[in-house]
Amino acid sequence: MLYVAIATRAFRRYSTYVLATAAGIFTNCVFGIISCFVYMAVWEQRPDAGGYDVTDALTYVWLGQAMLMTVGMFGGGSPDDLADRIRSGDVVIDFYRPVGLLGWYLAADLGRAAYHLLTRGVGPAIVGALLFDLRFPGGPFAWVAFMLAVLLAVVVSFAMRMLVAITSFWLFDEAGPRTVLIVMNSFFTGLTVPLVLFPGALRDLAMAMPWAAMLQIPADIWLGQRAGAEVWLGLGFAAAWSAVLMLACLVLLRVAERRVVVQGG
Amino acid sequence: MWVRASMTYRVSFWMMTVAGFVIGALDFIGIWILFHTIDSMGGFSLREVAFLYGATGIGLAFADMFVGRIERLGQMIRMGDLDTMMVRPVPLLAQVCSNEFALRRLSRILLCTIVTGWASLYVEWTPMRLLVMAGMLTGGAAIFCSIFVMLACIQFLTADGVEFANAFTYGGNTITQYPLAIFPGEVVKALTFVLPLAFVNWYPALFILGRDDPFGMPQWFQFLSLVVGAAMLWLTTFVWRFGVRHYRSTGS
Repeated sequence: MLYVAIATRAFRRYSTYVLATAAGIFTNCVFGIISCFVYMAVWEQRPDAGGYDVTDALTYVWLGQAMLMTVGMFGGGSPDDLADRIRSGDVVIDFYRPVGLLGWYLAADLGRAAYHLLTRGVGPAIVGALLFDLRFPGGPFAWVAFMLAVLLAVVVSFAMRMLVAITSFWLFDEAGPRTVLIVMNSFFTGLTVPLVLFPGALRDLAMAMPWAAMLQIPADIWLGQRAGAEVWLGLGFAAAWSAVLMLACLVLLRVAERRVVVQGG
Repeated sequence: MWVRASMTYRVSFWMMTVAGFVIGALDFIGIWILFHTIDSMGGFSLREVAFLYGATGIGLAFADMFVGRIERLGQMIRMGDLDTMMVRPVPLLAQVCSNEFALRRLSRILLCTIVTGWASLYVEWTPMRLLVMAGMLTGGAAIFCSIFVMLACIQFLTADGVEFANAFTYGGNTITQYPLAIFPGEVVKALTFVLPLAFVNWYPALFILGRDDPFGMPQWFQFLSLVVGAAMLWLTTFVWRFGVRHYRSTGS
């Protein structure tokens, strides 16, 4: 219950910035529209590029815009708060709370993600659906699987942002690692170019890395490119990466905790 | 000062500089991957798109380096920093822009120069084309500078809404990375007469690359970049002064 309370507070915290949200939705739409015309030019030449048809490609654009803020591809969310608290030393308070630090921050980030999904996710998607002919999931199973995939996408992205924040314990300034993560995010999630268009080995590599769980897998479930057993395989892949990355966070936090105590906080 | 300050966290600084370079590189590799599946986009080859990409990138990077910090205007207003700046005997705009001068943007300029340089190897250069190129880069930077400053002026009224400006600056950069031939005619007209981003690279590049205008716009548009840039800067001074005059401190 505590975690639900944290998540709802995080949700409400973000919902105070109405103007920023509106401006963000507008920006998402501008980028979405630009990408649509680029993809139309591509799929006009190669109507089956990457196994997508032009409707799939345009839908993918808007899924990308919808997921962008939801999974925090450009950083942000509760891990940024942690980084600030590490620099200021407030993090010691987090350590002696009777709640696990990781769970606390995850709950906060899920609350944020829920807010961004409902605003920055649904908003641009509606605009996209009004302007272009888009595809929607085939049935209730696909909808449920998609929502699960989105949840896992947020966890994977949270864990990676968290790992970056934790580097502050050693570097004192996490801006560098964070920028590196953002670079990897926008390329290897398939936000710039869908992973299905990547050539040969690069595609296999990208599909095996955790970033694939952040956009490509949810998108393929939405588009029906993954059906039946493939859906479970995709969800399993995302769940496995979530587990590995969260475990890495736990271990690093444990190490960092010692370090903080040694310094006397 | 700011240059030295950012060197304090050395690992972080270098990671950011390299990342800035790689962001641009991956961005361009994205386009390269698209061209892996197709031969031409809207009738333009990879090299021609690279030329457009590099040209708009240089324009934006210079503008970002000179006036990009103005994005933070809203924050400066909320924190009351702007009030401090107003009583100093240095032009306000110069202070706002030099606040946290970010050296790392140099990596972006370097990358875009490499991309443009590579694309330029395949251009048949004439003195006239070189002249148009110089005008394009200067004018492009001026146009982006103007857009940065004018949109930031909205923050005098709202003290918020940075993301709104992003749609025009970075969105404008993205749209001009591609040949405008792939967009509907109305979009191109809007980018010519309303928000003159087409002069950042599209029109001069048509001249330099020796291409016909797919939309049949007058040919003399291709020589106008510098004029448009100057006009935009001139317009910007009015908008900025209007913004400062209507600024009311938040009292914090």
